[in-house]
Amino acid sequence: MKKVEPEHKKLITFTVNGDDVEVEISSSDRLIDVLRNKLELTGTKEGCGIGECGACTVLMDGKPVNSCLVPAFQVEGSEIETVEGLDKSGKLHPLQEAFVEHTAIQCGFCTPGMLMSALALLRENPKPTREEVARAISGNLCRCTGYQQIIEAIEDAATKLKALE
Amino acid sequence: MSSFTVVNQPISRIDAIEKVTGRARFTDDLAFDGMLYGRVLRAKYPHAKILELDTRKAEELPGVAAVITYADIPGAQAIGPVRSDMPIFVSTRTMYLGDAVAMVVAETPEIANQALALIRVEYEELPTLFDVEEAVSEDALQLHKDCPGNIVNHYPLRKGNVEKGFKESDVILERTYTTQLIEHAYIEPEAAIAVPGAADGTVTVYGSIQNPFTARRHVAQVLGVSLNRVRIIQCAMGGSFGGKDDVVSAICARAAVAAVKTRRPVKIVYTREESLIESYKRHPYVMKYKVGATRDGKLQAMEIYMLADGGPYSSMTPFVTWRSVVQATGPYEVPNVKTDIYGVFTNNTYTGAMRGFGSPQIIFAQESLMDELAEELDMDPLEFRLANAFKQGSVTASGQVLDEHTVSLINVIEKATEAIGYSEKRKAYAENKGSKGKVRGVGFAASHRGVSLGAEGVDAAGALVSVQPDGSVYLHSGLAENGQGLKTIFSQIAAEELGCRFEDIMFMDTDTSVIPDSGATVASRSTTMGGSAVRNAAKKVKEVLLGVAAELLNAPHEEITAAGGKIYVKEDPARCVEFKDVARAAYGKGQLMAAIGWFQAPKVSWDEETGQGKAYFTYVYGCQAAEVEVDCDTGQVKVLKVAAAHDVGRAINPATVKGQIYGGVTMGMGYGILEEVELQDGVTKTRNLDEYLIPTSMDVPEIVPIIVENPDSYGPYGAKTIGEPTCELLAPAIANAVYNACGKRIRKLPLDLERVLLGYSLRAARGKRGSEQA
Repeated sequence: MKKVEPEHKKLITFTVNGDDVEVEISSSDRLIDVLRNKLELTGTKEGCGIGECGACTVLMDGKPVNSCLVPAFQVEGSEIETVEGLDKSGKLHPLQEAFVEHTAIQCGFCTPGMLMSALALLRENPKPTREEVARAISGNLCRCTGYQQIIEAIEDAATKLKALE
Repeated sequence: MSSFTVVNQPISRIDAIEKVTGRARFTDDLAFDGMLYGRVLRAKYPHAKILELDTRKAEELPGVAAVITYADIPGAQAIGPVRSDMPIFVSTRTMYLGDAVAMVVAETPEIANQALALIRVEYEELPTLFDVEEAVSEDALQLHKDCPGNIVNHYPLRKGNVEKGFKESDVILERTYTTQLIEHAYIEPEAAIAVPGAADGTVTVYGSIQNPFTARRHVAQVLGVSLNRVRIIQCAMGGSFGGKDDVVSAICARAAVAAVKTRRPVKIVYTREESLIESYKRHPYVMKYKVGATRDGKLQAMEIYMLADGGPYSSMTPFVTWRSVVQATGPYEVPNVKTDIYGVFTNNTYTGAMRGFGSPQIIFAQESLMDELAEELDMDPLEFRLANAFKQGSVTASGQVLDEHTVSLINVIEKATEAIGYSEKRKAYAENKGSKGKVRGVGFAASHRGVSLGAEGVDAAGALVSVQPDGSVYLHSGLAENGQGLKTIFSQIAAEELGCRFEDIMFMDTDTSVIPDSGATVASRSTTMGGSAVRNAAKKVKEVLLGVAAELLNAPHEEITAAGGKIYVKEDPARCVEFKDVARAAYGKGQLMAAIGWFQAPKVSWDEETGQGKAYFTYVYGCQAAEVEVDCDTGQVKVLKVAAAHDVGRAINPATVKGQIYGGVTMGMGYGILEEVELQDGVTKTRNLDEYLIPTSMDVPEIVPIIVENPDSYGPYGAKTIGEPTCELLAPAIANAVYNACGKRIRKLPLDLERVLLGYSLRAARGKRGSEQA
């Protein structure tokens, strides 16, 4: 069998959940490809590939982004946070705990992206109104839950995080 | 007060931790050494003859392992639940745009994509059929030689004498309602991986598979091997809603054919575009209702004629339309009924199972009709319904007497309408009915729904409970988790019955090599059927453990019970042993601590000629009431609040029941006002989630879930059903509310801006621009 000619490759460095990583990427790679295929961080999901469903939401320098829309070369030097970072300490993050307690999960495919959007919200706005919570996750589609228990979970996590301060 | 320890409690989901940490393994998260990637080439035209198919150039591309076509299939060329008419790969003719022509398997998905462009297909376009009424007309094009008139199936139902009924009616209304093609839109697109086994002809398929046993049957047929050569292991499911059945069976079969041919694992993961083009949808219906009632508001007769667009393949159409014929007259006493429903072949995207399964369409028609008829009779829609509603001992359209369960229809109607303030608001809003600016309205819809499969098929399910020497428990089930919470519910039932702790249960992913074929995870049958099987299995094992405990406690067997991880003397709970110690002792005595539980549905019946019989062994009742705001200047409908009352028999887990209600209501709202797969002459125009709109967190209204519990005699701890009834009621409730708000009666779904403002859709179809459709 003939070998495939490699595409143009580039080495990039960035941090994922606080760890330094160095990854060889090709020009067509997206951030989600790097996370899922090269770093085996499969918690981040792909649902549409065009930035509509939000299942691939991660934080890039603290801001929620659709990782299916971010070309990998743009990630150079940035800080990426994914769902795998939430319980890195070995303990569930209060948001994760709240999702568990409020049954804010059904199939679970949107959950990682939903959690990352919620995390970005609570860092920016520790006391969000219900409307603000709904708006913060409006780019994350969920087909199972009708969002109610997710919104309740985020509100509850906000209260608990406040209490921790 | 609840007398249960584990059941009837809002316990956190058993799969919650793996899902919030991102560790849950969905199909695309798995990888195998030497794995190849499959990409499918689809039809260029919805109906065309394939003159030539040349795959040589694609095969020569470096990195391509094989190009698979119909010629590579060792066994059956086509699959289907009733008629095997859906080809895995088409050979001579395409029938809709989603047909697979060939599949490239390559070292990377990118190479596979490149190779797709190198496959040359020469087509000759054929005349097409996209309209169901045209399809059943006399000189219509015939799509299948063996199905004259393009008829998939016909179900008649005859009760009493409709001519006489109409004669005795003071008011007769005739109305036509239509519903649209919609998509399941599970957030995880279809995926499967086939791994060839060492033994000849064996294959293991991992996948996002709603019904592992259905997939196994189809993979075995296509490979031409016996069932025990195919093992299906279900991965975490990123949603299904009825959608990951036939289409996923075809994907599994393609992966399996490629894996067997290349002797390497083959992964197929669809993009959203592929999913929207190929996967089956919910049937669009055309429904012509004629109804008669006396001046004092008693229904006398209903005559119903319905066409369901099945697309080119029969798929689930015969089963979907059967539920429609059973429930078409709604939860009301109608002495004279004549119903005819036809499944119809066209070149549109094929249609199959989707949450509701033939009920959302007919409920939209019949519950809109009830409001229209009430208005004609100058009656309050609520009083009119209550005057005709099923009560204990009522007789259905199929002649079934409702006397084996609590007929709670009136109760759920009253609860939902009260929660929304229906009666007062309806009057107030009707008086202020406006045609400018924002106006409000209220409406509701009610239903009865047969639980499980009914007389449409074999109805039995199994579970395996296996207690380990340390008191921990494996639980296997033939019915599968789809995201709805089955693992949690079944584990609660197992823990309650065994008397162990909930956290001691380990629910194992469904594996066809472990558990008996339990049919499909469909028809909201899992809690009733599978839950009963779990309970039966747990009962058998508990008997063994109680026997051992009797010796340990030196007490008679029948005076001992188990709960919450302890086994104790009923009258003296202080005399107790730990569940785990009993398990260890039983193991030490060489006792069998595993059992398979089985549950067969009670007998049901159906007469195909007359549509009479005991269609389902039990029913649930639901009512959803909505308050909406209509912007008369734009046509926008905003749903402000929904009250949803559902009799579930017994809520095994009130938190997951609420989750089903919230999710079903939201999906029902999408059906009512947002969603439509747009086909232009058979070509899918809505290709991703930017064009196919599902409700977001900003669209959902306040939802008030009202759980009603009337324990059933058949289900475990009295539990019945919740998944589908939640999704079938909101569209007509909204349509009725819109009428109350602005006086516009809209008989076509969805109630989007155009239909509400203009009364017709602006979407182009059949070579005409939208504005020409009026």
